[in-house]
Amino acid sequence: MQMTGADLIVKLLERQGISTIAGVPGGAALPMYDALSKSEQIHHVLCRHEQGAGFIAQGMARVSGRPEVCLASSGPGATNLITAIADAKLDSIPIIALTGQVPLSMIGTDAFQEVDTYGLTIPITKHNFLVRSAKELLTAIPAAFRIAMSDRPGPVLVDVPKDVQNQMVSFEEYPDVVVPDAAPSFDIGAIEEIAKMIEAAERPVLYLGGGVIHSGASQLAVTLAEQASLPTTMTLMALGAMPMDHPLSIGMLGMHGARYTNYVLEEADLLICVGARFDDRAIGKTAEFCPNAKIIHIDIDRSELHKVKTAHVAIAGDVGQVLSELLPRVKPQLRKRWLSHVESLKGRFPLAMPGVDNPRSPYGLIHAVANCLDDSAIITSDVGQHQMWVAQAYPFRRARQWLNSGGLGTMGFGFPAAIGAALAEPERTVVCFSGDGSLKMNIQEMATAAQENANVKIVLFNNQSLGLVHQQQNLFYGKRIMASRYERPTDFLKIAEGFGMRAVDLDPAPNPRAVLAEALNTPGPCLIHATIDPNEFVYPMVPPGAANSEMIG
Amino acid sequence: MSEQNTNLSEYIPDVPEHAGFKKVVLELGVANHPGVMSHICGLFARRAFNVEGILCMPVGSGETSRIWLLIFEDERLEKMIRQVEKLEDVLYVKQHDGEHPVFGRLDEFFK
Ligand SMILES: Cc1ncc(C[n+]2csc(CCOP(=O)(O)OP(=O)(O)O)c2C)c(N)n1
Ligand SMILES: [Mg+2]
Repeated sequence: MQMTGADLIVKLLERQGISTIAGVPGGAALPMYDALSKSEQIHHVLCRHEQGAGFIAQGMARVSGRPEVCLASSGPGATNLITAIADAKLDSIPIIALTGQVPLSMIGTDAFQEVDTYGLTIPITKHNFLVRSAKELLTAIPAAFRIAMSDRPGPVLVDVPKDVQNQMVSFEEYPDVVVPDAAPSFDIGAIEEIAKMIEAAERPVLYLGGGVIHSGASQLAVTLAEQASLPTTMTLMALGAMPMDHPLSIGMLGMHGARYTNYVLEEADLLICVGARFDDRAIGKTAEFCPNAKIIHIDIDRSELHKVKTAHVAIAGDVGQVLSELLPRVKPQLRKRWLSHVESLKGRFPLAMPGVDNPRSPYGLIHAVANCLDDSAIITSDVGQHQMWVAQAYPFRRARQWLNSGGLGTMGFGFPAAIGAALAEPERTVVCFSGDGSLKMNIQEMATAAQENANVKIVLFNNQSLGLVHQQQNLFYGKRIMASRYERPTDFLKIAEGFGMRAVDLDPAPNPRAVLAEALNTPGPCLIHATIDPNEFVYPMVPPGAANSEMIG
Repeated sequence: MSEQNTNLSEYIPDVPEHAGFKKVVLELGVANHPGVMSHICGLFARRAFNVEGILCMPVGSGETSRIWLLIFEDERLEKMIRQVEKLEDVLYVKQHDGEHPVFGRLDEFFK
């Protein structure tokens, strides 16, 4: 066979099952775009900003669990992708970023739209390639997929100079379609030891992280919890792994976790950490987190073990495989005393949700949205107060229901990620909870949502401020409000309409629940606007740097 | 809300002192292509982990290279090695003690 590098790229993507690519064209990527024009399998989604393309790819990958692709040109196209790539790295999301580059002979000459994309993306990718011949594509593209989805998933960037895209390459056969590498094998002895520790523990807690979602191990984790009667907490990334209303769920831990959740952890004598990484927002001051507990740590990434907290037993393995081995070895227990103690802590220090019956207040609006939807809906959020309220209060009940920028905390994530989710699973309703600050960071993608007629609903918490910053300045900086209030209001309804997206306003509606229900249940993109009091704060809150037991509010 | 929580200083870990100035030599087998060195050095630089000496040559047919690193042992060494092992282009990492002869005769070039 003989074809250009660009045609080969498209063929290899097709063979990996790619059917949607999000991108923005530009000079150095034009041969790839020309090749795409001939593809019958791949639908290209023209984004309005490359960061939008990166997050759309992420949205697709987060719901499907498989690598998805975004595409940009050299220079500013590539630099615009960077935030979305870094975000994927911190949350272990498999995306492939394809970038055009200036021709090989011009690399290093400060050519027009040349940046060192390879150098820039070393620390924010799982791996990256600068492809120096069309023949190399035969190995680099499959390798990119294999690396992105094997072990701990992550983003891979492939930078392809324009002349490499145009170069002819001949080969006998296409490389094989790649599948994930086998997960590392682990020691059954350690599993037996864990089973014994769980049996011997009096106050064990199960601590689930995003790795449980990536591994597809939620059901196994719930079964483990039920079999050994383990109160179970989830990180921001793991919400949905165990249904929020499960009797063993103690909700999300950390900076904005409920008081009882952090108190239960404080009393634990055994912490079983599965696919989580002891992030500082989750554990607060390291030395004071679970001060009385032995620690079991299960993670596919060996470098996470003993990184923050030294574990008594650590296993590097796929959490699903490890849990499958563990389950038959764990003795069923009732643990009446511990569970009733947890129940009493929950009764005394529950998550307070003031205003939950009022759809014009944060918790009330979240519950009103949830009441219009079933578990098939996908929920994304941006970053800020609205995000934490949703994480605390939305009744997540399944894995991959909740898409969130956890590690990087990127404002602007929620909306394009929601578009990606809607493109990947068009039969679902996708709701993006956003803030007025965050939405503005990728608001241009309203045009993309309208063009694709994506079934995405933005529920906008408009407090005319960078609420979470405003809250911190109020609480920790002597109420000196600096650069966190927007002085001029923005007419989001007009903006949405200007982009061709329907918009409804809950503020003037006599019956906001009815307006909400109608908007959420009408297919197609829609902005749902709600004014939120800027003096609503998210509580409880662990001050940055403090121990989880020192939460305020 | 109160301002009692003025203890805002987020925890900033100290860069550990070179514990006793004990040296360690790391031997890395790596894929041989431009860029590998940046991947590896970036990891050390980001963590303010000083590399005292570095040697790199291709081995055999040139498909792979071997990198020798001379570093001061500190408590983060093991974590550092795990990060290095995670790099796609790193095939293996071996740890030798600081007396390993590979850096031995280089002194005369640094006079
Ligand atoms: C890209 C980016 N810039 C800055 C921040 C810091 N930051 C975190 S939350 C926040 C305010 C978010 O405001 P908004 O989206 O309106 O949400 P609210 O807190 O008001 O609900 C800011 C500025 C960030 N997380 N991401
Ligand atoms: Mg806001």
